[in-house]
Amino acid sequence: MTGIDEALGALLAMRQELLGILGLSLLVSGAAIVAAMAIGVPAGIFLGLHDFPGRRFLVTVVNTGMGLPPVVVGLVVFLLLARAGPLGGLELLYTPSAMIVAQVIIATPLVVGITLAAVQALDPRVHLQILSLGASRRQYWWKLVQEARLSLVAALAAGFGSIVSEVGAVMMVGGNIKGQTRVMTTAIVLETRQGNFTLAIALGVLLLALALALNWLFTSVQQRSKG
Amino acid sequence: MSLLRLDDVLVRKEGRTLLDLPSLDVREGEIHVVLGPTGAGKSTLLRVVNRLERPSRGSVRWRGGIVPWPAPLEFRRRMTMVFQSPLLFSGTTFENVAYGLRLRGEREEALAPKVDAMLRLFRIGHLAGQRASTLSGGEAQRAALARALVLRPELLLLDEPLAALDARIRERLLRELRQIVREGRITCLYVTHEQAEAFAVADRISILSEGRLLQVGTPEEVFYRPSGPAVAEFLQTSNILTGEVVAAGGGIAKVRIPGGTLSALSDLPPGSQVLVCVRPEEILLTPGAGTAAGAIEGTVTSVLDQGSTLKADVDCGFPLTALVTRRAAREVPLRAGTRVGVSVSPEAVHLIVKEGAAGSQT
Repeated sequence: MTGIDEALGALLAMRQELLGILGLSLLVSGAAIVAAMAIGVPAGIFLGLHDFPGRRFLVTVVNTGMGLPPVVVGLVVFLLLARAGPLGGLELLYTPSAMIVAQVIIATPLVVGITLAAVQALDPRVHLQILSLGASRRQYWWKLVQEARLSLVAALAAGFGSIVSEVGAVMMVGGNIKGQTRVMTTAIVLETRQGNFTLAIALGVLLLALALALNWLFTSVQQRSKG
Repeated sequence: MSLLRLDDVLVRKEGRTLLDLPSLDVREGEIHVVLGPTGAGKSTLLRVVNRLERPSRGSVRWRGGIVPWPAPLEFRRRMTMVFQSPLLFSGTTFENVAYGLRLRGEREEALAPKVDAMLRLFRIGHLAGQRASTLSGGEAQRAALARALVLRPELLLLDEPLAALDARIRERLLRELRQIVREGRITCLYVTHEQAEAFAVADRISILSEGRLLQVGTPEEVFYRPSGPAVAEFLQTSNILTGEVVAAGGGIAKVRIPGGTLSALSDLPPGSQVLVCVRPEEILLTPGAGTAAGAIEGTVTSVLDQGSTLKADVDCGFPLTALVTRRAAREVPLRAGTRVGVSVSPEAVHLIVKEGAAGSQT
């Protein structure tokens, strides 16, 4: 029990800082998943519906992107945003915006890939049926989103899970600056490096609890809208 | 008046011709059935009509005016399609039936009574609040038909809408659908491979095979006067024999077939090379040697019991297949080797002039 007491004590002692870290984690990953869904869902539907030269290559890129190592994404974003890089003038490096950009790049292929698979899994006659009932192009896309929503919630959960728990990219482009760019995962790395294992474990448990709570929410939404 | 007309429509995909129609018209108010085997191009035809598929060539006219590609939304909303599979969306039965009206921006208070009335018409009013995914096959197809008809389409496209249902439900729903479409004066383009379904509902029938239109006519014309051997075979005219008109006069032609002669109502001149078509249910079998005028004798070679009917192959010097009701079979014992009298009325004999031969078909 002593270990647990110690962990709780450590968490309480840094509760102000902890709330800031937790809030920033949710803000960065939340903004990133919203952007990834906004880009990924239309892109996935488009790739699922249309055949054009180069489509197969794009799908291969998406599939590769679904397994993209975050640290490589971090490196690329770092080089782009570094002072000497092509986007250095934006002065985004070591800011939450840079972390969001990196996380969008990690999550978007997952969202595109799952959406693409969901659209292709629909009976081809469903597409004809929607159009035949008089849907405009916009209404047709919206209906596809509604019909594929179980998979889209899965895309949301998978995308959010992948970015809220990644450390490599946010560490590289955020810099783990206390009070500015420190998130749950980078805090765990820091505490582990400093030998504060009790606090690191406590933060890890907190991160897991957060992931569990959010996935419980996603699953509830998904199962309620079934059928 | 022609509501819809296709001219010179060709659909080719991956080097294959799926549809090649010089012309096809659907008249206002009619139930036009396109009958053909699987793979005939029936569904492709409906997609072309609904402007969901662009033909390689040809035009679609609506009330005489050419429909452009892509078709304007207002054009596509003049018609709607029901498929073999109900393809219901997630949500309740009510939401499914209301879907098309909502697409058209209909207000909820105006839409609800229409949807309720249509659900009641298809006897699924009590299922309005039920999730569509829990409906039985028959209920789901009723919902799919209600979803289409609530839009009061100017043209209803039906793609084998009853094919997935079992026989009892299919027959009941067919009767109801026919009544609803007739009372609503809804023009209908109905594709099916089921002959019985086609004849039950059609004002006119088009026979489609391998993408080509073989014949268009009333059910009576198509049934008794097939335009060629392919139509005759598809409509299960089991007896198609090669023959030659040897005598003609007074509207009756005597046709020599291998092993005998038959009379037919025809004005074809002697010497015409013909295909002789006789529907199996038009052949009358009598016990023992034929006594009726014009009867010929034959020997039963095999019998296939089909439940309500028996199919008997008879050797009259030439092969004939007769369809006998179970009741009639009580008076004519049908076993292989039985001698029977065979009567074929001249009205039941249809002659098709063989391709390449002179003369016209009757």
